[in-house]
Amino acid sequence: MSFPWARQYEPATGLTKWLDEKLPVPRLVYNAVGAGYPVPRNLNYFWNFGVLAGFFLMLQIVTGIVLAMHYAANAQVAFATTEHIMRDINWGWMMRYAHANGASFFFIVIYLHIFRGLYYSSYKAPREMIWLLGVVIFLLMMATAFMGYVLPWGQMSFWGAKVITGLFGAIPLVGEPIQVWLLGGFAPDNAALNRFFSLHFLLPFVTLGVVIMHIWALHIPGSSNPTGVEVKSESDTVPFHPYYTAKDGFGLGIALLAYFAVVFFLPNYLGHPDNYIEANPLSTPAHIVPEWYFWPFYAILRAFTTDFILPAKLWGVIAMFASILLWFFLPWLDKSPVRSGHYRPLFRKFFWFGLIPAMAVLFYCGGAPAEEPFVLLSQFATAYYFLHFLVILPIVSQIETPEPLPYSITEAVLHSDKKPVLGENTAPAV
Amino acid sequence: MADTTATDTKEHSPLIEKKDGVRRRDFLDVAALSAAGIGGLAVVYPLISQMAPSEDVLAASTTEVDVSAIEAGQAIKAVFRKQPLFVRRLTPTEIAEAQAVPVSSLRDPQTLDERTKEGHLDMLVTMGVCTHLGCVPLGAAEGENKGEFGGYFCPCHGSHYDTAARIRKGPAPTNLVVPDYEFTSDTVIQVG
Ligand code: HEM
Ligand code: FES
Repeated sequence: MSFPWARQYEPATGLTKWLDEKLPVPRLVYNAVGAGYPVPRNLNYFWNFGVLAGFFLMLQIVTGIVLAMHYAANAQVAFATTEHIMRDINWGWMMRYAHANGASFFFIVIYLHIFRGLYYSSYKAPREMIWLLGVVIFLLMMATAFMGYVLPWGQMSFWGAKVITGLFGAIPLVGEPIQVWLLGGFAPDNAALNRFFSLHFLLPFVTLGVVIMHIWALHIPGSSNPTGVEVKSESDTVPFHPYYTAKDGFGLGIALLAYFAVVFFLPNYLGHPDNYIEANPLSTPAHIVPEWYFWPFYAILRAFTTDFILPAKLWGVIAMFASILLWFFLPWLDKSPVRSGHYRPLFRKFFWFGLIPAMAVLFYCGGAPAEEPFVLLSQFATAYYFLHFLVILPIVSQIETPEPLPYSITEAVLHSDKKPVLGENTAPAV
Repeated sequence: MADTTATDTKEHSPLIEKKDGVRRRDFLDVAALSAAGIGGLAVVYPLISQMAPSEDVLAASTTEVDVSAIEAGQAIKAVFRKQPLFVRRLTPTEIAEAQAVPVSSLRDPQTLDERTKEGHLDMLVTMGVCTHLGCVPLGAAEGENKGEFGGYFCPCHGSHYDTAARIRKGPAPTNLVVPDYEFTSDTVIQVG
């Protein structure tokens, strides 16, 4: 947000003056990620992940366009062209490993970004729109990654496509026709592969558009911060450049080290060997698992095993979609006036000892075979997951007494945390 | 709408045609928007329909299978609409087992008679597509796990089908689908 003390852009040279009158792009950059954007001075490393997500989106677009130059979306040759990329194209192996692992790192970064939002309640007013757009981005990413995984046309590609489009078959009456319509056939084949490629190419650019709106919405109130106390004066902020360009740059360096360690030394660690076998519609791999980033949701899907009014399969599908769609209501389910989990003792307990273990169990069970004890564990974790957001969070946020908040960001930074200094914080200073 | 019209008519009195009726412009607005709306729908229809199975995919949707070589207790896998089709000749014990089950105890109640053609009680023709999430169940090929009920077993999430390919245990909601087919001769079936 342009706080009143934000520095003003002043074009220095003749060229920038001319540009500023015709198309003020330098001014936009200056105000968005330059010295003209004041940002809370106390952001911790959890605030790096937005920039990192932007980086990985661009990386996917660049490597993806390169792959698309050599790949052919035809069921006869798709598998062969992927192998051709790996073996014959100069640096093709690197582009493909960079893209496949780039997707994984994109999700790691996004999950940490979402975690930050959940713990510090960044989704609360006045930042609801940022959060809502974020959920849209997450849904777009999942669709993109799912369709991308189909493209190499290996066994997991094929059976993944079959199982996921089969979910629509669970819808009563119209399910079958919808599934056939989505696939353009009765099983995944050329028609499905081609449309998935077309959409896999398109959706990242749609995502980019939503990302721009996400950042636009962010720049209206400005970033929140680990105390959750809003910016009050100039001493609470520092200019984005050079302070956060440096901090984000450092974080990016660390992320790239981890990323390239995987790309070069463990390129198939996150993948599945069955996807190096060409798709065979007549033989199912013994153990179908989606990519790791879908595991928690896959576990919720499989947690429903008995019919209750509706068939179990339909419950699974409903619960899986609901588990993400309920994030759209989060800003209104959490009623606490205090944002940061740092000052919310009861919320914190349920967060660390309830939600996080439940997510960890779902994550683990989603990748495990559908046997006991994993089914039972998924059922408990699924139940907790929904209870947490729909019951516990609304109640806890109304009954808990938050710890005293610092008067301002500056006070929190300069004095010991949680200890009132100015004595002005009898009421939460949000 | 009504009150805007009312204030409008006061403000632009020269344009009034009928005191408090429909203005010429309202009529034109509605007509233009309807025409554009119908035009829009006309464009949306082909955009949606192009995603449905194409003529060549639909044309490949009947299959003939020669069943003469299948011995009792054996099954073959054919392909119907790019999906596996199980054709199985049941042994007398398998038929007896299927008929011994009380139909009312089944999740998807159907008798063996309803799932086979008259006079061919031993020919069980079903899709090889698990009704849970679409994996290919095991049990058609020699030596594969036939599950607890001696029919088919889907390894993906553990659905067990009996000798009439009816769901008996596991997450699948319905029996393996029996496609439309007919015996074109005593030894050949045409599916689709
Ligand atoms: C949101 C960003 C993106 C995500 C999450 C994503 C994800 C994926 C995934 C998971 C795969 C399968 C990788 C494998 O197993 O080899 C894939 C493949 C592919 N993607 Fe993307 N992708 C993104 C953007 C793009 C873009 C922008 C393009 C092109 C314009 C593209 C083109 C391709 C191609 C041609 C393949 C198939 C080749 C291969 O399997 O290596 N992707 N993508
Ligand atoms: S697909 Fe057969 S049990 Fe799930």
